Amino acid sequence: MKGVTMTLSRKNTIRTVLVFAAMAVLFVCAAVWNISIGSVKISFGQIFQILTHPDTVDMTAYNIIFKIRLPRLLLAAVLGGALSLSGFLLQTFFRNPIAGPFVLGISSGAKMFLAIVLIALSQRVSSVSVGVTVLTAFLGSMLSMLVVLAFAGKIKNMSVLLVVGIMISYICSAVTDFFINFANDSDIVNLTHWSHGSFSAASWQDVAVSAAIVLTTALAVFCLSKPISVYALGEGYAGSLGIRIKPLRIALILFSSVLSACVTAFAGPISFVGIAVPHIARTVLKTSKPILLIPACFFGGAVFCMLCDLAARTIFAPVELSISTVTAAIGAPIVIWLMMQRRVKHSEN
Amino acid sequence: MKTEKQRLSKMALDNLSVGYHKKALIEDISFSLQPGEILTLIGPNGAGKSTILKSISKQLAAISGVVMIDGHDMQAMRSKDIARKMAVMLTNRTRPELMSCTELVSAGRYPYTGGFGLLTENDKRIVEQAIATVHAQSFADALVSEISDGQLQRILLARALCQEPEIIVLDEPTSYLDVKYKIELLEILRSMAKTKHITVVMSLHEIDLAEKVSDKIVCVKGDHIADYGAPHEIFTDEKISALYDLETGAFSALFGSVELAKPQGKARCFVIGGNGYGIPFYRVLQKEGIAFSAGILAENDVDYSVARALAQTVIAAAAFSVFGEEQIKAAKAQIDAVEVIVHAGCPVADINRANTLLLEYAQKSGKTILSNLEELTEMRL
Repeated sequence: MKGVTMTLSRKNTIRTVLVFAAMAVLFVCAAVWNISIGSVKISFGQIFQILTHPDTVDMTAYNIIFKIRLPRLLLAAVLGGALSLSGFLLQTFFRNPIAGPFVLGISSGAKMFLAIVLIALSQRVSSVSVGVTVLTAFLGSMLSMLVVLAFAGKIKNMSVLLVVGIMISYICSAVTDFFINFANDSDIVNLTHWSHGSFSAASWQDVAVSAAIVLTTALAVFCLSKPISVYALGEGYAGSLGIRIKPLRIALILFSSVLSACVTAFAGPISFVGIAVPHIARTVLKTSKPILLIPACFFGGAVFCMLCDLAARTIFAPVELSISTVTAAIGAPIVIWLMMQRRVKHSEN
Repeated sequence: MKTEKQRLSKMALDNLSVGYHKKALIEDISFSLQPGEILTLIGPNGAGKSTILKSISKQLAAISGVVMIDGHDMQAMRSKDIARKMAVMLTNRTRPELMSCTELVSAGRYPYTGGFGLLTENDKRIVEQAIATVHAQSFADALVSEISDGQLQRILLARALCQEPEIIVLDEPTSYLDVKYKIELLEILRSMAKTKHITVVMSLHEIDLAEKVSDKIVCVKGDHIADYGAPHEIFTDEKISALYDLETGAFSALFGSVELAKPQGKARCFVIGGNGYGIPFYRVLQKEGIAFSAGILAENDVDYSVARALAQTVIAAAAFSVFGEEQIKAAKAQIDAVEVIVHAGCPVADINRANTLLLEYAQKSGKTILSNLEELTEMRL
């Protein structure tokens, strides 16, 4: 008996190591591809040369890498991780794998709030600081989260809650479009682009601010691995094991909002990453242990968004797709599949 | 005000009122338990057994009154400290996805592990032991979402065990279990109480098992505690029938079992039984819905307690005394009133010699006499 459990736990360890190693390899590949591929091709040799002897190469390639592609790929990585983790936290909160900031309407709510505030401010001041943008997005995120929670208090059925979330999403997008129609010409270009989600126009400042917020929050979430692991058993058991439920629930909601707000502020709403990546992470790791899933979701989200952004930039180049077009094409089928699976399970029971 | 007894007890409830939304459902609950005692809550569905258990385990705030553990008010204790003293097993059956049984059991070590919940060798040993105690080794590696309800129930017990509690609170732990595991679960609890002095508070639906496993019984009925005491004080025909609103006689304290409803109407058949021979016939008649009378039975005969629950009339004689003229006369009156007589085949000796007379009397009166179950079912009275 002991022998069997030993080999099983060793098998799990091997699996974990393999998954994280694969993720590291993919991360490096995605980074290199993102730097190399584009309207101007930069060969691997050139990249190597720029990294080792920056003074000997021509400035165009140098600028493309350091002013455009590198900040963009880093932003995609940080925000991808944030989105995925935000979804994981909501799934923990609702004890349901089909929860995420986008499908519950939280991203679109934050987007609407942010768009209205930005348009209102642009009439008065010439430029809006990053801090204000992030804070506004966070407020918008929290507000829409509260709306969702109010509905969740009344609707116990997750499928119905999702329908409500999608409706909220549509209403918020309609309102956002309405306000954009009345904005100044100069604002419109940026807002329209942003309101559909994009990593383009990423600056080093964006990367620095978002990385600071996201990495701190992600670390805090990782420190909650232990209580989260027991929260899955239900509140009765979690409480009896000494967890203070209310602070934990507040932390889950707060951290999830901070993460999705950060994404909304810097890249606009991005769909389905929050569901797709945690689901893939669970499936390949075959575990529910948060201590493994939290880092896996974060790095998985980073890799996923880097690859999706690469696809968005290159598939129909020079036309650039919005990032949500790509993430939805991959993520939506996963959500449908998940819902079907749960249906089947329910009817079996 | 703490009494001396409460100060020494493992767990004590003092004038506890429990309920939801600040409205008391059950008031004035008081009892105290010594280490190693088993207390069982019994009572009809919806009587509030779960509400009391939830309040004891601090999942539900008490409306008034206190729950004390080792003489300390539980309300003032840190939840971390409570977790090391008390484990629960609930009726809520969330099955987390992709979690193995061993992982679920390991959750019981939560109050003892460090900041990231990593298990030490000692923790792993305790988890393994708990799994062995409930005989769950064969499915320890299976996912929680794949096992049967009964298996899950045993895993949940193992989880509670490996929390190494001093008090264990269980809400209907025997549900979903077949009779073998029901007995096994209660034996595990009994031996934990005996050897590790763990105090057990639980609710049970099986009153026969409650009687056998408990040291103390609390009868919960609607808004109050109907009774509190040792099993032999509680398990009387009258108290149990009143608690569950049963007809008199439906519960037999002697067997700790219940009988289905008595067939209604005028008796259409008379059963001459005794010494257990009558019981199969009573049961067939009950299932067919045929009202009947029975006799002559001694009051200490096994047939008597079943007949009392199922027959319209029972002609009975005092324990260990010879059936006399009075009973024979009453029995003949019953025979006159029906067309069919059942001769259950009980051997006759000194005390019940009168039953032979009754049989002869019936033959003389030209009644139909049946002596096996098939004939009785085919008769379609």
